[in-house]
Amino acid sequence: MSARQTITVLNPAGYPPRVTGKSLAPRLESLDGKTIYLVDCRFDDSDLLLMQVQGWFADHMPSVHTVLKQKNKVYAADDPETWEEIKAKGHAAIVGVGH
Amino acid sequence: MTLDVTYQVPTIAVHTHIFAAVTRAVARANGTPRMRQAYVPQPVMGKTPAELRAYVDGTDPVTKLPFMREVVDGLTGALSEDDVAGLSYERTADRLCAPNTEDQLHRFFLDQHWTDHLPIVLPTEERVAAMLAGTSHQPTEVVGHLRPTSHREAWEFTVEKVAVNAVMAGASAEHLPAILALASSGITARGSSSSSFSLMVVANGPIRQQLSMNAGIGAMGPYNLANAVIGRAYGLLSQNLQGGSIPGETYMGSQGNGYSYNNLTFAENEEASPWEPFHVQRGFQPADSVLSIFTGCQATAFTLGLRRGHWQQHVCNMLRALDPDFPPTLLLDPLTAHQFVEIAGLPSKQAVIDWVYEHARMPAAEYWDYQLVQNYILPRATFGEEPWASMLAAPPEELIRIWRRESINVVIVGGEANPYWRIMGANYVKSVNVDDWR
Repeated sequence: MSARQTITVLNPAGYPPRVTGKSLAPRLESLDGKTIYLVDCRFDDSDLLLMQVQGWFADHMPSVHTVLKQKNKVYAADDPETWEEIKAKGHAAIVGVGH
Repeated sequence: MTLDVTYQVPTIAVHTHIFAAVTRAVARANGTPRMRQAYVPQPVMGKTPAELRAYVDGTDPVTKLPFMREVVDGLTGALSEDDVAGLSYERTADRLCAPNTEDQLHRFFLDQHWTDHLPIVLPTEERVAAMLAGTSHQPTEVVGHLRPTSHREAWEFTVEKVAVNAVMAGASAEHLPAILALASSGITARGSSSSSFSLMVVANGPIRQQLSMNAGIGAMGPYNLANAVIGRAYGLLSQNLQGGSIPGETYMGSQGNGYSYNNLTFAENEEASPWEPFHVQRGFQPADSVLSIFTGCQATAFTLGLRRGHWQQHVCNMLRALDPDFPPTLLLDPLTAHQFVEIAGLPSKQAVIDWVYEHARMPAAEYWDYQLVQNYILPRATFGEEPWASMLAAPPEELIRIWRRESINVVIVGGEANPYWRIMGANYVKSVNVDDWR
């Protein structure tokens, strides 16, 4: 085969799933008087960072009620119990620290 | 993402900046490219409260905007049409690449991140057809799904796709059933974890002789075609059939791992071992051809033989070199295995496992302070999962067992050149039967 001769080869990549668009949750008008859950993913000291976020709200937006909540599972696992609690008792959430 | 989309709670996810490309790609692949995300510098681990407060008071290193302004803005305000619609799309998966010269195709495969940066064999239709003769399964049969990590979408693949990657790795038709078995495991050999884990694959049963695999001198090194190409094919098919393994995008192993080139694929030396083969321990028959998959392989402890004077201390020293999150898999040259019988008085694999289980200990406070224990084991302990819940109740100075008995393994490999041996920090994950894919 000469160096300039063309050949056909197969594509080694797999078949990706179809992506279906999903809507984000409606946002709040403001955070005043709202309960914000700070969800600790329990990875690489994420709770320590969220404590500082909690401190920032206390200093700058004291009307916001913050709840520091540890996930019931390791960081990559789904945690329906925690999500249900936040849905029932909170208005919004900050989840961290993912990676 | 689940909390925002499924439970309809306004949410912002906070990540460290080095994962910006990954997190944005995941959001896009989940149909929510405008998911609210904010970033702080990496690392969070090990920083003082004052340093972390500076992260919070400072700017997002990715967007250069004030971090907390992004957080507040991410939870408030009206959604745009794009926020509501999300993003729907199909990705093409052409069977053939556009015709080109060999040189240009090699360049193209590199540019597409389809190789391990070693030369490959181009998968022509003729070569793939010849490869497919190695199995009775139809080319269009779906083999399984793979993904780089649990929170990414799984990609699907067929027998033909596996054969394409097998050709690229330099394998022949006789190797295909073993490669298909590994592909069917659902376990990727190109995990995206920042821990840089590699897989390890141990072959047992007749497949070792049928493929002339090496269990003896140099078995874990580059001295055998089957060991090399089966393990390499596993890596190539993983990265290509799961949607990539690109540093910074779909691979985040901070240091990388040289074992990943062939996923440390070797055969157990059943003939020279004083004990039962690994696959028999796992419930298979001796005549089954089985590949067993381990994950980890970042930490290796090593020594020569067992000394009558202080072998116990030497083994304990080796065990303490491992991270508690990756349990010990003892890789014993057959000469070492016989020393465990004759010098240590441990007559079986199970006796060796029991000894390690009893003697691998460390103070509780030291154990629980390991970062990977904090990340992966402490959450399970705090919610009552045993044995970790009981271990968590131990006084700080108590010497607690580091590993569960069932997580400790022993494999015999080597050519009896000397009783060198090592302990690999590696979790056993799964065994697959090659005979299912002949």
